[in-house]
Amino acid sequence: MKLFSWITKDTNIDFLGTRKLTYFISGLSIVLAIFFMATKSFNYGIDFSGGILMEIKDEQVINLDKLRKELDNLDIGEVSLQTIGETGTEVMIRAQAQMLDEKEQMKAVNEIKKILGNDVEIRRVELVGPQVGDELKKDGVLASVIAVLGISLYIWFRFEWQFALGAMLGLVHDILVTVGLLSLFQIDFSLTTVAAILTLAGYSVNDTVVTYDRIRENLRKYKTMPQIQLLNKSVNDIFSRTLLTGLTTLLASIALLIWGGDALLSFSFTLVWGILIGTYSSIYVSTVVLNWFDLRKTIENKEKDVNPFGNVG
Amino acid sequence: MYKLSKSRIFIIIAICLLGIFFTIPNFLPNKDNLPKWWQPVNLGLDLQGGSNLLLQVQVDDVIKERMGTIEDSVRQVLRENKIRYQNLRAGENDVTVKIENLNSRNKAIAAFRKIEDGLNVEELADGTVRIAYTDVALNQLKLKIVDQSIEIVRRRIDELGTKEPVIQRQGVDRIVVQLPGLQNPEYVKTLLGKTAKLSFHMVDSNTTSADARRGKLSNASRIVPGSDGGSYVISRKPVVSGENLIDAQPAFQEGEAVVSFKFDSIGGKKFGEATKNNVGERLAIVLDNEVISAPTIQGAILGGSGVITGSFTVKSANDLALLLRSGALPAPLEVLEERTVGAGLGADSIQAGTIACVIGLVAVIVFMIAAYGLFGLFTTVAVFMNLFLMLGVLSLMGATLTLPGIAGVILTVGMAVDANVLIFERMREEVKLGRSTRDAAEAGFREAWGTILDSNLTTLVAAFVLFYFGTGPVRGFAVTLTIGILTSMFTSVTVTRVIIATWIERYKPTRLPI
Repeated sequence: MKLFSWITKDTNIDFLGTRKLTYFISGLSIVLAIFFMATKSFNYGIDFSGGILMEIKDEQVINLDKLRKELDNLDIGEVSLQTIGETGTEVMIRAQAQMLDEKEQMKAVNEIKKILGNDVEIRRVELVGPQVGDELKKDGVLASVIAVLGISLYIWFRFEWQFALGAMLGLVHDILVTVGLLSLFQIDFSLTTVAAILTLAGYSVNDTVVTYDRIRENLRKYKTMPQIQLLNKSVNDIFSRTLLTGLTTLLASIALLIWGGDALLSFSFTLVWGILIGTYSSIYVSTVVLNWFDLRKTIENKEKDVNPFGNVG
Repeated sequence: MYKLSKSRIFIIIAICLLGIFFTIPNFLPNKDNLPKWWQPVNLGLDLQGGSNLLLQVQVDDVIKERMGTIEDSVRQVLRENKIRYQNLRAGENDVTVKIENLNSRNKAIAAFRKIEDGLNVEELADGTVRIAYTDVALNQLKLKIVDQSIEIVRRRIDELGTKEPVIQRQGVDRIVVQLPGLQNPEYVKTLLGKTAKLSFHMVDSNTTSADARRGKLSNASRIVPGSDGGSYVISRKPVVSGENLIDAQPAFQEGEAVVSFKFDSIGGKKFGEATKNNVGERLAIVLDNEVISAPTIQGAILGGSGVITGSFTVKSANDLALLLRSGALPAPLEVLEERTVGAGLGADSIQAGTIACVIGLVAVIVFMIAAYGLFGLFTTVAVFMNLFLMLGVLSLMGATLTLPGIAGVILTVGMAVDANVLIFERMREEVKLGRSTRDAAEAGFREAWGTILDSNLTTLVAAFVLFYFGTGPVRGFAVTLTIGILTSMFTSVTVTRVIIATWIERYKPTRLPI
């Protein structure tokens, strides 16, 4: 019955032994991510860039070249066409039209509708004025910063400041590398992408907290074990849980990626990636950096503070 | 003892049954005529189709207009008190005037303070006096303008008979309008795009518009364009304004479409007097700073009602009547964002979401059974129960399920088993330490609880931030994620616990199958 009993086997992997390599990998990823963001920027969806987005569906395959030529005759700047799905009967029309205000955008949509004729089903129309986009960008960045700070504060409150710092570094790493990847592959960056990034942050820190919980427990249990060995043991203790939860969440997200439809594509892509990197970072960033500090001393000092008379017996 | 008390088991089962009870409306073939507290979950516009508009109330325009009025008052005050002044100017949000003489300046400042409540009058370095609203007054004014705008928008949309529109304030000066089922918002946008400020003015018969353009214009008159392409010189002060209207209806007069209107008693009286005293003169009907028509007054109109003529079509007469009935917007509205989803796309999204959800669910269940055997099967019950509770809570709260919300449901399915994995892994460790079945099971639940709580609460922090910053679909996602985290904590801890406790009691296993 139990096909996956190999997952629930005990492990004894020297996670921290490779920390020099993983420091390098994590650091390089962040540098590359920042490099891509600086040089390639993002493929902003109209949420952020402003513009026009239309989705149309016809009975027969839509002739893209013909449609493109007709749309190019309109004076609405660059128009991009993209088929949705495999049938070729659904097309997404996007015009960034940054120079157009809302009234001109509306006029452009009406002209596009005229070209399409009455037989085509118009499935979606979105118009976003230019000023909203900038605000949403600011809000997105602000939301991510507040999420990271809020989560770190909570961990500080529940653990120690070293743990909060570790979790924060892990989160910053995950978010930066993810947006770097979105930039590298020029994946559509929309409001739902921001939602996916914050969910990723939530997942990643969930994983980290489970690890931290075990580290704290082991610090109390094994008073003399060398710290590096203790960190390794803690990660190994819960490694089967890390794999199991990671895999179930991954399965659900992959189902979403494959069957969830086009509108959720960039969202579910970000999630799938987020689970992978979140799992990586809770071990190789958030836990590894704890080794910079003498955790046992902190914990013991704290317990001394709590009980000034010491433990009798 | 590991056994749960009877009352606790009862409460847990009752909660589960309630959860199932509240999901039932979602599966009924006929969802109409259900009681208010027993409704299916609301579908977001992205799922049921409809139009979503984000409107900006241009409060700054109103404030600028107010400054114009204050400028007039200031001028009047200065004239009344015979104070010499220079550079009287109305800006975007203040009025400035330079008064050299110190005594007259102080006198003027005292008088300015009485113009209106909430004005801040300050003296700048070079003898300039600056008059502006205080921050408090400015905010109150803005709030009032937006509140009024929301009210007028609601009236106009209600006139259209759209079903269940949602009209809400967003931020300080924005309004979100959601119109379920509406496929083409163009007409709504035209209606909302007009402020519909109506007023009646006497036409200044002594000044031609050509004279006026050459600057021969008395202070009491101004020049206004006409909808016929010409221009009119009319009195600055209106005879009566649209605020006094109580009704407007489209009508026919001599085969032409017109709009008939009715004034309240004050408006009727003003209108009656003006028409009585000015027989033979022309009365200009001004809408949004444009003269629609300027008929000659044939005789006193004393009944408080009349008709507006103009070159109306039946439709434009209808529209104008609607706008006048619902009142003028205090400030112009600008459409910042429009999102319209067709019903076809919405239905496709629901289908895709459902398929993904079912496949994700099956995959997670198969995986859990493969990993844990019998205990994996127990988890399945908890996972299903979690889905019911989520949907039940969403339905009960009247929350809106959006497409990203469906994604949140699927994600929760994957993440919800985490608590069970934590518990089972802990049990496995306890078994390894040589504990008895019962002790190991109990320790599994007890020791894992702290971790479950911490890890879920940190995820909640992220979900709350999403809720706070997100709008529309993203907010829907945050809501389902939050509810999912809470319900999954309940089901994976309590429901599995009841099942496992019952199983241990009943079969008294010698070892845990994990």
